[in-house]
Amino acid sequence: MTFVPHTERDRQQMLEAIGVKTIADLFEAVPQKFRFPKLNLPAPLTEMEALGELKGIAEANESADDLVSFLGAGAYHHYIPAGVDSILRRGEYYTAYTPYQPEISQGTLQAIFEYQSLIVALTGMEVSNASHYDGATALAEAVNMSHAIHRGARNKIILSPGIHPQYRAVVHTYEDGGDLQLIGEDLDLSAGPDALIELIDEHTALVCVAYPDFFGRVYDYTKLAEAAHAKGALLAVSVNPTALGLLKPPGEMGADIVTGEGQPLGIPLSFGGPYLGILTTRNQYVRQIAGRLVGETVDSRGQRGFVLTLSTREQHIKREKASSNICTNQGLMMLAATTYMSLLGKSGLRQVAESCYHKAHYAATEIAKLKGFGLKFKDAFFHEFVVECPIPAAELNLRLLELGIVGGYALGAEYPGMQNCMLLTVTELNSKEEIDYLVETLAEVAHA
Amino acid sequence: MLELPKAQPTELIYDLGAPGRTGVQMPAPDVPLADLPSGLVRDNLPLPELSELEALRHLTRLSQLNHSILTGFYPLGSCTMKYNPIVNEEAARLGGFIHAHPLQPAEMMQGSLAIMYHLQEWLKEIGGFAAVSLQPAAGAQGELAGVLMIKAYHASRGQSQRNKVLIPDSAHGTNPATSAMSGYRVVEIPSDARGNLDLEALKAECDDTLAAFMLTNPNTLGLFEEGVQEAIEAVHAAGGLVYGDGANMNALLGIARPGDLGIDVLHYNLHKTFTTPHGGGGPGSGPVGVAAHLADFLPGPIVGIEEEGSEEMGPVYGWHQPPKSIGRLKAFHGQFGMHVRAFTYILMQGAEGLRSVAEHAVLNANYLRVKLQGAYKVPYDRVCMHEVVLEGRWADAPDVHALDIAKRLMDFGFHPPTNYFPLIVREALMIEPTETESKEVLDAFIEAMLTIAKEAHSTPEVLQQAPHTTKYGRMDEVKAARQLVLCCEIPREVSSEQ
Repeated sequence: MTFVPHTERDRQQMLEAIGVKTIADLFEAVPQKFRFPKLNLPAPLTEMEALGELKGIAEANESADDLVSFLGAGAYHHYIPAGVDSILRRGEYYTAYTPYQPEISQGTLQAIFEYQSLIVALTGMEVSNASHYDGATALAEAVNMSHAIHRGARNKIILSPGIHPQYRAVVHTYEDGGDLQLIGEDLDLSAGPDALIELIDEHTALVCVAYPDFFGRVYDYTKLAEAAHAKGALLAVSVNPTALGLLKPPGEMGADIVTGEGQPLGIPLSFGGPYLGILTTRNQYVRQIAGRLVGETVDSRGQRGFVLTLSTREQHIKREKASSNICTNQGLMMLAATTYMSLLGKSGLRQVAESCYHKAHYAATEIAKLKGFGLKFKDAFFHEFVVECPIPAAELNLRLLELGIVGGYALGAEYPGMQNCMLLTVTELNSKEEIDYLVETLAEVAHA
Repeated sequence: MLELPKAQPTELIYDLGAPGRTGVQMPAPDVPLADLPSGLVRDNLPLPELSELEALRHLTRLSQLNHSILTGFYPLGSCTMKYNPIVNEEAARLGGFIHAHPLQPAEMMQGSLAIMYHLQEWLKEIGGFAAVSLQPAAGAQGELAGVLMIKAYHASRGQSQRNKVLIPDSAHGTNPATSAMSGYRVVEIPSDARGNLDLEALKAECDDTLAAFMLTNPNTLGLFEEGVQEAIEAVHAAGGLVYGDGANMNALLGIARPGDLGIDVLHYNLHKTFTTPHGGGGPGSGPVGVAAHLADFLPGPIVGIEEEGSEEMGPVYGWHQPPKSIGRLKAFHGQFGMHVRAFTYILMQGAEGLRSVAEHAVLNANYLRVKLQGAYKVPYDRVCMHEVVLEGRWADAPDVHALDIAKRLMDFGFHPPTNYFPLIVREALMIEPTETESKEVLDAFIEAMLTIAKEAHSTPEVLQQAPHTTKYGRMDEVKAARQLVLCCEIPREVSSEQ
């Protein structure tokens, strides 16, 4: 299927105007021996054929929608109101680019401004950027930000072992080989935030924690923030935004930077992307934040309008002195989250968060009653929890799958001492019937 | 002075709705309620309260304030604003893909892995590379991946003294920003009178501290680098590697393969070349392709074949971490939804279709070049590739700037070209028409540009005050930066419990 509209007559007229005989004549600057390579690709398909082929491939996935799923670990199944996709499908949004020309981009600009506002409200922070790639890269940018805020004078970053292992891996990719030292990841998993306090010293630029953490646990980080500030360090908290529908926001605990994965806010699982990076901070650090920012102003006719602002931080102006190399954000995913939060609003997001909380607690309570099963941690949790099983979790998952259940994340792959541990996730989409089925099936297959 | 129409005031989300309203009702929990964690429950969730219609009407009305590819010509240079096939959107939303959890075992996700495997293979073939990783989230992250791989490669050979990256003065700002992020010193290479990079200046920097040369080809002037082979040979002879910025890959599809030219690593922009939507500024997707000697350093995981297929059964795909990988660049597997869209596009194009894309992108740009030449100065006057750069200035109209031309174009219903970039052209207007625009659209654009060139001399104030017909006039950007207002006023009500 071609999307090139030219007729033979168009081509002839255009070539004549240019003053060449054939299209090939336009490529004489390309070294001849490399010009017009023969590409070995499948023969082109029509739209009808292509979609048919894609449907076949999609069916080769056994997706979580066809099964009962309790898998989360950083990507969550939630109900997405129909209105969200109806907005994402509007060509005016999805076929526009970065709003460089504000006179004809007020739709995207105001949507970003509202996104920034909603995220500020949700996190309890003061400034949000226009979005980032995902939760992991947002955390890596927080690390870079803290380095810049301290003007490179502090080189120690404390990473809680309770941060998603893939997020920590991304921070390592960004920072390894640089002059930052990453510590704290080998702390005892049961130790909680107090253990981090002991690591903070006058070389510490940033302490990073997650809320809820990778194991679902929630802590009040107020004391940790105070301890960090007492030594001149900053606190970054990586959040799951659904939890903030119910729980005290990190802005109220004294966090200096809040990052997070915005996927739970109306963005489908889509095998891991595209997702949405949340990045927020305090007003005083606005000049060190990475990514686009939209600010309010007025136009030549006195009307309120919005523009990209503080672009002197960015690569297209500052080049090698920029605060980050980031260029695009996650515009369309930002729009999904904005639509989702606008639709759910104050009561809807609270309902989703409470529903997740109660269902997860029901599941945990019932599973803990099973012979040979127990909860690994005693701490408060949101909608995920770690279950210690009588057999290796990976093995248990295979047995669950045979009975139509996608079990939790088997922690042994990342944590060698936790072969028998499974991280289970329960959201508003999991009915009591599904939870009961999981509990029954666990009892059945664990001792089979 | 003309009385200009004022737009309907657009309310902010926090101006809409009323206490107690909601756009979604969720079912009550069907399980016994648990105690909420003491001391950790928030008092106040200051989100707005809108009905479903209020929320959707608000966002729909906002959308109508945007210019977009679906509503008009969008010749924004360097961004490849071509048509984004609707079928891509259907494909990416198929149930099997959209509900797939990234941590489900590979055996359950053979469909997703097949998409990624084939896309890797096709990008290898299109770019002339030995291996591809789809991990990077966007072009800038693809660049970061490339530069980190180059750094790891030199370190693995005991060549960590290589601390310098050469970047042409016409390059995108991401190139120097990425190099600096990776701890490299940036040396700028000037351009010559034909718009090529200055080969002598490049060669003078080719020594044993050279880590990499970052090349954009065609360059941001829209010109194919005439000395590309010599440049690459000089860098390689000095032990450096060549990074290719794939932003302009639309000009090279089926025309030349960067890998054949000797480029060691290149990022693709799926949202430019391969029609995944720009989304109002993302999500992008920036896969990287590499020559064989860098394959072990790719960010992972990438998809490989675990078991070869037979006549009855397809192959079994699995995850594979390259042995010296620079690591992970984001959580999970890259912007998978964008992989599906790019896969769908390539599937519909095939080899001939892709070559036709590049040919017509170049035909369109050259047509604009010859038609606008004369009325506008073309600073580097030779056959261009997929875009053409003009000067938006005239000696006899000193008060008119590229910005004025850009704003005036809006009155004719066109999105302006990229302006003030590349930095080496004064008052630059960088025009990339793309292959999906017809001759009629180009002719209308040419007519508008010629009219504007006349107005610049006869009635410059018309340009300086433009746009006139849009809902909004020029924005006060200085005020926005000086009196920072970055969010709505958020109601901070005190909880009734306190």
